[in-house]
Amino acid sequence: MAEEAIKLGGKKKSTFIDQVKGLLPDGGNLNLCLTCGACSSGCPATGLEGMDPRKFLRMAALGMDDEVLSSDWAWMCTLCMRCIYVCPMKIDIPQLVFNVRKSRPREERPKGILGSCDMALKHDTCSAMGASEEDFQFVVEDVLEEVRETQPGFENLEAPINKKGAEYFLNQNSREPVTEPDEMVPLWKILHSVGADWTYGTKGWAAENYCLFMADLENWEHIVRVKAKAVDDLGCKYWLNTE
Amino acid sequence: MFAVRVGLQKFNIPHKFEIESIITLYARWIREGKLKVNSDWNKERKIKFTVQDPCQLVRKTFGDPMAEDLRYVTKAVVGEENFIEMTPNRSNNYCCGGGGGFLQNGMPEARRAFGKVKYDQIMATGAQYAITPCHNCHSQIHDLSEYYEGGYHSVHLWTLICLSMGILGENEREYLGEDLADVDVLYSKEEQ
Ligand code: SF4
Ligand code: SF4
Repeated sequence: MAEEAIKLGGKKKSTFIDQVKGLLPDGGNLNLCLTCGACSSGCPATGLEGMDPRKFLRMAALGMDDEVLSSDWAWMCTLCMRCIYVCPMKIDIPQLVFNVRKSRPREERPKGILGSCDMALKHDTCSAMGASEEDFQFVVEDVLEEVRETQPGFENLEAPINKKGAEYFLNQNSREPVTEPDEMVPLWKILHSVGADWTYGTKGWAAENYCLFMADLENWEHIVRVKAKAVDDLGCKYWLNTE
Repeated sequence: MFAVRVGLQKFNIPHKFEIESIITLYARWIREGKLKVNSDWNKERKIKFTVQDPCQLVRKTFGDPMAEDLRYVTKAVVGEENFIEMTPNRSNNYCCGGGGGFLQNGMPEARRAFGKVKYDQIMATGAQYAITPCHNCHSQIHDLSEYYEGGYHSVHLWTLICLSMGILGENEREYLGEDLADVDVLYSKEEQ
């Protein structure tokens, strides 16, 4: 009965979920839902905005496009993929959510993520906190010098920058160089203790990429290209992701 | 890392390098005896640790083998008997709510309501420390402890690895609690 009412309410011809299906291999299995609820019961976003993943999918399937597209819930799902992991039909709810994000005009997406994405486009460092090549190099060298001078046993500690042919190209979340540089030191000490051959790059060192989560494909791609080039330009064998 | 790995595929970006995680290397270096960690410092103290399986690293990228490496490193550093699992865990773990841009999108109430699931999961372990080998997890789980007054600490593995080797300096202990603030400090030269 209630279901019928919802159907009637959403009767206008909808294409949003069909568009999304068109983008995904096997249509993301978006029309295979068994309504078992496994997704919702293990989703921490269940209940926020009166929504849960099963309901979100159902509303999209019923063509309730206005409700689905205007809901902030798409920004409260973290795209963690637990729902698809436990779903017996492997229904790609995260891709549905991602495309809902993408459908929002860029300037209307949440300001914080928008700002982080835009900031990362300012320099080839890809830092979402806007740290430049010079900023990064200065902080690393400054912290390194202090450790070498004061910490016994680490007079020869290294934090190489732009070292060609190093085995590992280490990335770093901007938070460390920008707000808590001492947190970089333990990692350097570990790499030093094992004799690892590593380097930072002034370009592409920042680990974060908010353009992905903002569903900004063009700039997500731009950032990945900048990073990939930075690693290949130095001829490093591995792009090493830190904690 | 997820953004780069998936981006390289999705956008067909030619590249010569491979992607590696520091967790894999920690585990390899410990197995090979290159990274000389040990858990003696925690034999008497018996401080309990749990571990967050970051979605990006475990479920979304490397799967359960990564979760095993994470446990191998953790146990080597804090002692097997001092490690407590969250339930559920590994690829089945709940997201903490720090990912997907949630920390940046200006919705702190929703983010903390989402994170309450993770908070309860951590509190149920009774551990004093949650090891969070991902920046978003670290920030979010730290914030959850402060906001809900859980009293546990959120800590990176690099901190504990250096602590266990006696090479963690005074300024590198921001995220350690009082119980570990003075343990095996590498004091600076003037103070020795
Ligand atoms: S787990 Fe899959 S099949 Fe079950 S309700 Fe969710 S989407 Fe539908
Ligand atoms: S991806 Fe989104 S809907 Fe799926 S479990 Fe995670 S938060 Fe919930």
